[in-house]
Amino acid sequence: MTALPANNYRLAGGLSLVVLASFVFAYLQPPLYRAFCEWTGIYDVQKADEFRASSVVGRPVTMEFDANTHGTGLRFTALQTSLATHTGELIQVNFRVENLTNHPVTGQAIPSYGPKHVGNFVKKLDCFCFRQQVFAPGEVRVLPVVFALDRTLPDDVGTVTLSYTFFEVPGGVGSTAPVVNGSATSGSGI
Amino acid sequence: MQASHDAHAAHHDHAHDDHGHHGRAPGLMGWFTTTNHKDIGTMYLWFSFIMFLVGGAMSLVIRGELFAPGLQYVSPEFYNQMLTLHALIMVFGAIMPAFVGFANWMIPMMIGAPDMAFARMNNWSFWLLPPAGTLLVASLFVPGGAAGTGWTLYPPLAVQMGMGMDMAIFAVHILGMSSIMGSINIITTILNMRAPGMPLMRMPMFCWTWLVTAFLLIASMPILAGAVTMLLTDRHFGTSFFNAAGGGDPVLFQHIFWFFGHPEVYIIALPAFGVVSHVIPAFSRKHLFGYTSMVYAIAAIGLISFFVWAHHMYVTGIPLTGQLYFMYATLLIAVPTGVKVFNWVTTMWRGELTFETPMLFALGFLFLFTVGGLTGLVLAITAVDIQLQDTYYVVAHFHYVMVAGALFSAYAGAYYWLPKWTGFMYDEALGKLHFWTSIVFFNVAFFPQHFLGLAGMPRRIPDYATQFADFNVISSIGAFGFGFSQLIFLWVVLKNIKGGETAPAKPWDGATGLEWTLPSPAPYHTFEDAPVIKDEHLAAAH
Ligand code: HEM
Ligand SMILES: [Cu+2]
Repeated sequence: MTALPANNYRLAGGLSLVVLASFVFAYLQPPLYRAFCEWTGIYDVQKADEFRASSVVGRPVTMEFDANTHGTGLRFTALQTSLATHTGELIQVNFRVENLTNHPVTGQAIPSYGPKHVGNFVKKLDCFCFRQQVFAPGEVRVLPVVFALDRTLPDDVGTVTLSYTFFEVPGGVGSTAPVVNGSATSGSGI
Repeated sequence: MQASHDAHAAHHDHAHDDHGHHGRAPGLMGWFTTTNHKDIGTMYLWFSFIMFLVGGAMSLVIRGELFAPGLQYVSPEFYNQMLTLHALIMVFGAIMPAFVGFANWMIPMMIGAPDMAFARMNNWSFWLLPPAGTLLVASLFVPGGAAGTGWTLYPPLAVQMGMGMDMAIFAVHILGMSSIMGSINIITTILNMRAPGMPLMRMPMFCWTWLVTAFLLIASMPILAGAVTMLLTDRHFGTSFFNAAGGGDPVLFQHIFWFFGHPEVYIIALPAFGVVSHVIPAFSRKHLFGYTSMVYAIAAIGLISFFVWAHHMYVTGIPLTGQLYFMYATLLIAVPTGVKVFNWVTTMWRGELTFETPMLFALGFLFLFTVGGLTGLVLAITAVDIQLQDTYYVVAHFHYVMVAGALFSAYAGAYYWLPKWTGFMYDEALGKLHFWTSIVFFNVAFFPQHFLGLAGMPRRIPDYATQFADFNVISSIGAFGFGFSQLIFLWVVLKNIKGGETAPAKPWDGATGLEWTLPSPAPYHTFEDAPVIKDEHLAAAH
């Protein structure tokens, strides 16, 4: 079994194929996991749908919505001020923002809740408050928030108030950096 | 310089005077260009020791901060960076290269080959390491600092951090490339270059452990490379593998990472098993008990290690069936590992034991690795792990297997083969001092962490509740003691290079193997002609 370079190169070539195959396998894992989970149903990748389907059974709750600004030159209003709903139900509510100034404004909405401790039970799937928003001069925009009330909402809470305040981001005009690249405020209240 | 398995004159096995005869080019350039497996082995070992000191210094920053509750010396961000770099440097910079160093030095000499199969590639494998180490350390000084994610590099943080993260990703790429090239080299050497008369099933156990390890490396390192490449493209090129905002799944990263990560644990452990399987028989003056079962145990461990990854993910919401499967599969690994521990103990049974430093470290390994293995079994049990996940119990567990396991085994090997490398006996008294300070301080540092974890102290935090203060003081004292004890080893080695009692070809009377048929220090070129292998040179297969 003495060294025969040709043998060595052949073996090394074969081993390199193993290396290549493993690298490809790493990239195959995302689709494989998805396929496996859908096939077995052990992890429903469409959780949100299932959530809605079973939503009928929650207990009734009244939601109230409130919108404020804090020196931003924005007009910020809730398009719906109250809503009769149930825990577990998927809700979308829209807010309206108008930039009254003649320059772009970067704003960040900060949520607050009434009663104070229900914040943890408001499960937001998406919210304009997750990132900074830039409004062009005079722009009017409708901003949605999608959420559900957790079924474990304490029984003594019959009305939940969700309130947002828009703050201007200092020096933030024109800053459109998406949250994922680490712009400092992710601003999610939950 | 040329690949050293080219035809050479036949007669310098016994010659110390072959300098200049295809020796290393003079000066620093010689080290850059050398393709000699012994030179490269030496460089690997020094590199790993330097990285060990760097990573050790970082662990002392961590333990310094943890000496008392509250924030004293470092900010939480910097703490996280220290903790991440400590782990990356220790795992990829210190422990892995140390065993590659042993492989380079010893495998050709153990199997009667003149050099590694691909000598030039061997040089590249090594010289990739210093740039990678430099990238890791330098990332501390870029805006935003080094990666602070922990060595597991989990998103979403890993997708959000600054350029220190990119540097860590590149370092991982380079380190992976180095390991893969090294592994291809090792497999080819072991499979194709054994001297005639050395069957696979009687080759030295260290070669067996490295053969399996190298296969684990070429199968798992590319997975890590893929995972960090996905991180990189998520960060900069708009893909959404792990980025939930774009439909990706951060938990997916954990699956891919640990599909690499668990085999990685055995990549560290198996060569350590190999070294101990040489040292214990030598100082028991017996053959290794159950050679064949050892080989099968190694192969079984290697294989099963690819099927247990989600035991690191019990609390990520995997379904109950998954938890049960991963629990049982993990517990299964205890069987081949138990076989190995049993064989080591049985090797010593009725042996003529002596306790020189290599044997002390091997015994330290045996006791403490077993402790780490047992806490591993505890953590494998899902119901328990849900309590202990991310507590100091885990930190204690993996330091028992990685420090008292892998590192102690590396020390055992270093003391065992130092006479062969330098031609001098090391200072036995200093070696023993090194062992006793290490093992005492190691336990002082890490044993109390079991209690901290059981009491609920989380890992990866710079500050903690005051009820944990006392055990943390003890742990920090132990860590500093352990850290400074390692300088004794540096002293031993430097002293040993300078001189000492001349080492005979075979300084350990119970040792077997071809390496001991060579003079000490081993000549620059060895086994250019295949040696004649006698039965007594081979490991005994039952
Ligand atoms: C000088 C001896 C050592 C000391 C005192 C030490 C100390 C520490 C400390 C204090 C932590 C941080 C725990 C935390 O906050 O969660 C840590 C983490 C870690 N250490 Fe060590 N360590 C030592 C050696 C090693 C070695 C030799 C290795 C590996 C081969 C290693 C691997 C790790 C790993 C993987 C982590 C986890 C980092 C993470 O959470 O991502 N350590 N060590
Ligand atoms: Cu594992």
